[in-house]
Amino acid sequence: MVNTLLTDYVLPLAFIIVAPLLGGLLVGLDRKITARMQSRMGPPITQPFYDFIKLWGKAPFLSSRFQPMLAVGYFVFIFTAVIMLAFKQDLLLTLFTLTLADVCLIVSAYNSKSPYSNLGGRRELLSMLAYEPLMLLTAISIQVVTGSFLVRDVFTYGKPLLLVIPAAYAVQQLVLIIDMKKSPFDVAGSGHAHQELVRGVYTEFSGYTLALVELGHWTKIAFIMGLISLFWAQNLLIGVGLSLLLWFISIVADNIYPRLNWETMVRTSWTLGFILILANFVVVTILGVI
Amino acid sequence: MKLMTTARLKSPWVLHFDCGSCNGCDIEILAALTPKFDAERFGIVNIGDPKQADILLVTGPANHRNKEVLKNLYDQMPDPKAVIVVGTCGCTGGIFHNCPNVLGGVDNVIPVDVYVPGCAARPEQIVDGVVLALQKLAEMSEKMEGN
Repeated sequence: MVNTLLTDYVLPLAFIIVAPLLGGLLVGLDRKITARMQSRMGPPITQPFYDFIKLWGKAPFLSSRFQPMLAVGYFVFIFTAVIMLAFKQDLLLTLFTLTLADVCLIVSAYNSKSPYSNLGGRRELLSMLAYEPLMLLTAISIQVVTGSFLVRDVFTYGKPLLLVIPAAYAVQQLVLIIDMKKSPFDVAGSGHAHQELVRGVYTEFSGYTLALVELGHWTKIAFIMGLISLFWAQNLLIGVGLSLLLWFISIVADNIYPRLNWETMVRTSWTLGFILILANFVVVTILGVI
Repeated sequence: MKLMTTARLKSPWVLHFDCGSCNGCDIEILAALTPKFDAERFGIVNIGDPKQADILLVTGPANHRNKEVLKNLYDQMPDPKAVIVVGTCGCTGGIFHNCPNVLGGVDNVIPVDVYVPGCAARPEQIVDGVVLALQKLAEMSEKMEGN
């Protein structure tokens, strides 16, 4: 009784509350690890929180009346997706909610005359074109294996998903790199403005709207890490380890690869990603779940 | 609001604008941002977007061509903000002070908080200048929070 209370309510609630903070800490850790890889000291791990507080205190400077609403929407939709994931709801619906958040970001990028922002929005659309089908195919693979789209059924399923659909796990690497805005696929706007589009899709955000978008980005990283943890849902510690592994590979990739153009990004995900995940799909369907 | 001031001092994002400098000072600014000096350990990031920047680093003398751009960039930066001029040209006009197309120092166009003279200014001096600018930023922050 106490055990079900813990797993059904306390742990999900704890995850929902700490998800944004966890994402922020991961970003701070990421900056530290990146600095160490470049033989620098790097900022403190709490640096993203200082950035957040500072941005919150800046004087408002809006490029349009709808910008605050869209920035709030970006965060709220991602947070809703986290809530749905934590309470083990429908995976498909959760992913659609996440897509709505991206729509908010893109509409906001188009909601100004800045060419950097507009081009960033277009590239964000292309990023979605690259990773959304992969996420959907992952959800469908999970449905084929467990018999339903409910996250709850992943937990009650007999064995870890990683052993049945390893290709879907491998494909999450692409999704994570694109979503963390890491090289080689940070075409839409990188965390630091070391690219040709200044800050790409984030160009027009400033002050508290940028703070909200940052918060949303942290939450999104936490969400995707949570999603990857489902690949070993029977023991979530192993699941978290699996997601941290992909996270670390993303940072290594960021440091050793230059930025590739959007065509390479879409081509990689549509060929490598699709082939991997569909091959796995066929194997599971024909041979049955092993 | 002590926390807000601390956060502002710990995360100064820099916008670098070259208004007709010989690139000597710009190279020194970039040197200050390289791994050797590692400005990111103080939270300093070269952001390149005026709407997200806290500190404007200007090099070179202002002239009739770029004064509008400079003014525009300054106006796009939300408060609290600070301006640092790097190099003798930006401070007074330097060797270009009596050229017909040159306005003189950057302070003819926008208010300047910190002057870093030198031809070219050394990275150590630039970092010193940023520290001075942070004091200005702290004062401005305290004023904004009403303390």
